Amino acid sequence: MSSKNLVVRFAGEGGQGVVGGADLMASAAATGGYHVLTFSTFPSQIKGGPAWGQARVSSEPILTPGDWLDVLVAQNQYAYDTNLPDLREGGIVVYNSEEFEVTGNSRAYGIAADKMAREAGNPLASTIILIGAVAQMAGIDLNAIEAFIVKRWTRGRASDKQIIDGNIAALRMGAEEGKKSGLSVTPLDPPPVHAEPRVMIRGFEAACLGAMAAGLDTFIGYPISPATTMLTFMEQNLVGKDKFVGQASSEIESIASLVGAGFAGRKVMTSTAGPGLSLMGEGLGLAWMAEIPLVVCDVQRGGPATGLPTKTEQSDLYAAINPGHGDMSVPVIAPGNPEEAFWAAGHAMNWAERYQGPVILLSEASIAERAQDIAIPDASKMKQENRVVSDGKVGNRRYAGDSVTPFPVPGGPGAYVANGSEHDEEGDTTHLPNIHVQMTDRRFAKLKVLEDGTFEAERTSASIALLPWGGSKGSALAAWRELIDEGVDLGWYYTMFLNPLPPALLEALQAKRLVLVPELNYLGQLAARLRSMGVNAQAITQYTGLPFKEADLKSAIRERMAAFK
Amino acid sequence: MSKRNALYDFKWCPGCGDFGVKVAIEQALARRAVENQESIEKTVIVAGIGCSGNLVHLQEGPQPFALHGIHGRALPIAYGVKGPRPDLNVLTVGGDGDMLSIGAEHIGPQARRNLNITTIVMDNGIYGLTKGQASPTTNVDVVTSTTRYGKLDDKLNPLMAYLGLGVGYVVSELSSRVKPLGEAIKAAMDYPGFSVVHVQSPCTTYNDTYAILKGDEKKGIEPLAFPIPDTHDVTNLHAAMDLVQGPRIPIGLVYRREGESVAADQRLLDAKIRTKVEQKSVDALLREMVI
Repeated sequence: MSSKNLVVRFAGEGGQGVVGGADLMASAAATGGYHVLTFSTFPSQIKGGPAWGQARVSSEPILTPGDWLDVLVAQNQYAYDTNLPDLREGGIVVYNSEEFEVTGNSRAYGIAADKMAREAGNPLASTIILIGAVAQMAGIDLNAIEAFIVKRWTRGRASDKQIIDGNIAALRMGAEEGKKSGLSVTPLDPPPVHAEPRVMIRGFEAACLGAMAAGLDTFIGYPISPATTMLTFMEQNLVGKDKFVGQASSEIESIASLVGAGFAGRKVMTSTAGPGLSLMGEGLGLAWMAEIPLVVCDVQRGGPATGLPTKTEQSDLYAAINPGHGDMSVPVIAPGNPEEAFWAAGHAMNWAERYQGPVILLSEASIAERAQDIAIPDASKMKQENRVVSDGKVGNRRYAGDSVTPFPVPGGPGAYVANGSEHDEEGDTTHLPNIHVQMTDRRFAKLKVLEDGTFEAERTSASIALLPWGGSKGSALAAWRELIDEGVDLGWYYTMFLNPLPPALLEALQAKRLVLVPELNYLGQLAARLRSMGVNAQAITQYTGLPFKEADLKSAIRERMAAFK
Repeated sequence: MSKRNALYDFKWCPGCGDFGVKVAIEQALARRAVENQESIEKTVIVAGIGCSGNLVHLQEGPQPFALHGIHGRALPIAYGVKGPRPDLNVLTVGGDGDMLSIGAEHIGPQARRNLNITTIVMDNGIYGLTKGQASPTTNVDVVTSTTRYGKLDDKLNPLMAYLGLGVGYVVSELSSRVKPLGEAIKAAMDYPGFSVVHVQSPCTTYNDTYAILKGDEKKGIEPLAFPIPDTHDVTNLHAAMDLVQGPRIPIGLVYRREGESVAADQRLLDAKIRTKVEQKSVDALLREMVI
């Protein structure tokens, strides 16, 4: 007997390398050819506090971090106690026997990994010792992990060989411990064979690279969890001639400077999370009024105010579409995984350029931080749209007409006043009722050019449909597939393009008797929005700061369907 | 009413100090266009919200680009214009409410970035557009609609604030001295870093300070403003701080930091060259992630 999946969780305190352990495990397995997906959760502090990292390794493409653990690596008593309920029947516990002792559990084995690492003269290798033990217990080929170690630590330094040899020795030491334990889980299937090169990529990296592939040249941001990684990635990688990366002194500065840079003709983006998005409300209104292309990537975290800074949630949809006061409807694209994040970010850049206004790329902590193996995206397939630049023929009448018009760029012809106050064709402030009507209609009419969004539709004949959004896609798809296999008649719809919705998708949803929307928030934000558009939508909500479990979703969908009949 | 746009109906009150500032900016830009052989479209004026911000709609003659944004945010908007487009000449205009109250948080960061941006502050010591509320530069004890029993908060000393926050070029002027003001704005644009031209620009409706600033011998009013003596060493920060500590207002160039010759964008370029940063294609970055 063999298994398609292995789910390993490293649990302990922040600073004990539990997230790094899961990452290393995933990287090693990916190098061996497996599909991998990571998920981590930790408190907002530099060191300490309960944290865990999880790696799912599979011989098949992966949709979720996995509901149940095959192996729990527990660094302390608290980690053992709180994570044990997630261990599947027949699962194994590996615990830090220097820290605590587990009694009365025949499926638990203690390893003093830190002590072993110190005694071997390689104190940094304790995580590798644990990985060696886990690999042995799960039947993963140790040679593949050795190959990973060689690759990872070949950095052209004199110390390379010493580190590699030390880590391989640690791996073997761990494997010996694994053997000694006498414990094992169902061995993993051999890895699949891949025709194309694959990359191990995190959601935030994919989003950054997608935006760059679409021609991003300016990024200005302010550090905030869980969006800081995009700012630091850009600082490192958006370099060279005519590229600009800046750190603002607040999100108010970020959005204001982005408006300035977009006005100056640059292709611009920032990243933020909920609190920053709140501060950007007025500036996004300015971009909407003055018709300035820009992209804000909101990496959603939990709750209002400071909330849950490092947890995942999908509770910013209202704020993304209506981030500020007054009549506006900001276009929103929400990717469901790192691969989609690449294309979604490029699409967001293109939308901003095409309709000349702000676009929100709505990400989530669990997507941004997730590492996953995907086929290498073909960057040459990314479209690069650029705003139509004014040739000066209409002079300074920048806001003439009832939809998108050529954009005058400073330094070129067509000098005008870009104005956040209501304005006439030349951008001069006015309070005339007829002009406010004309300009409001113009700004909303521009959204028409964004109705090119695509969507997935399966089993379209079913009268009840499932419509997840964003990061809930994976769990929802896994649940939907199982329900279909079990003979349930349920339609599947999915789109990244939440505003404006693809018109054909809205029409299809309006024709359903019931549309179930799994979303990680209390209010059921997309469902409520769909109801306002004439769709009989019901939300399936969860607001724990964690993603949906596939099993929970499945039973919730069954319950809703049963109750509806 | 704007001569350029007959439909534009905003008006400054008769005698408003902002008229002088507007003309001074027009003169400075005209001189720059000739001296630098630079088209006016290379200039961007970022305006805040308030009476002063309407200057961009009232500008006459050859038109620069302008962005009339939101209250208090002219400086970060200007950062976004100038940072990635160092080829542009960037000015900001705003009042004491816009720059020193809601927008005050941006002066320090902008001073530290030290991009070549010229900020013109029109100080009338009152919120004019919203009809007469106390501002940071309203005098203590003054009765306004938000200080019925007299203003309790201390008055801000803007010139001291600029110097304290690290602004490298500080000018104090009067809106009634149009020609010297135009020359000061031109010189501030030529300075290769962040500069502030602080202008006493009286509000004839809510805080008419013309007489107090210039003095009136007949009425026995001592002038509040005084010309900065030739003996003042403009490169000496301590001397500049002594000069501005009040209560009288010095007029002229207050401070010019020495050694400012390299613009921030050039420093960025130098840093990239020094650290040998290479531009990589998206595809190359993806290839680095191949398993």
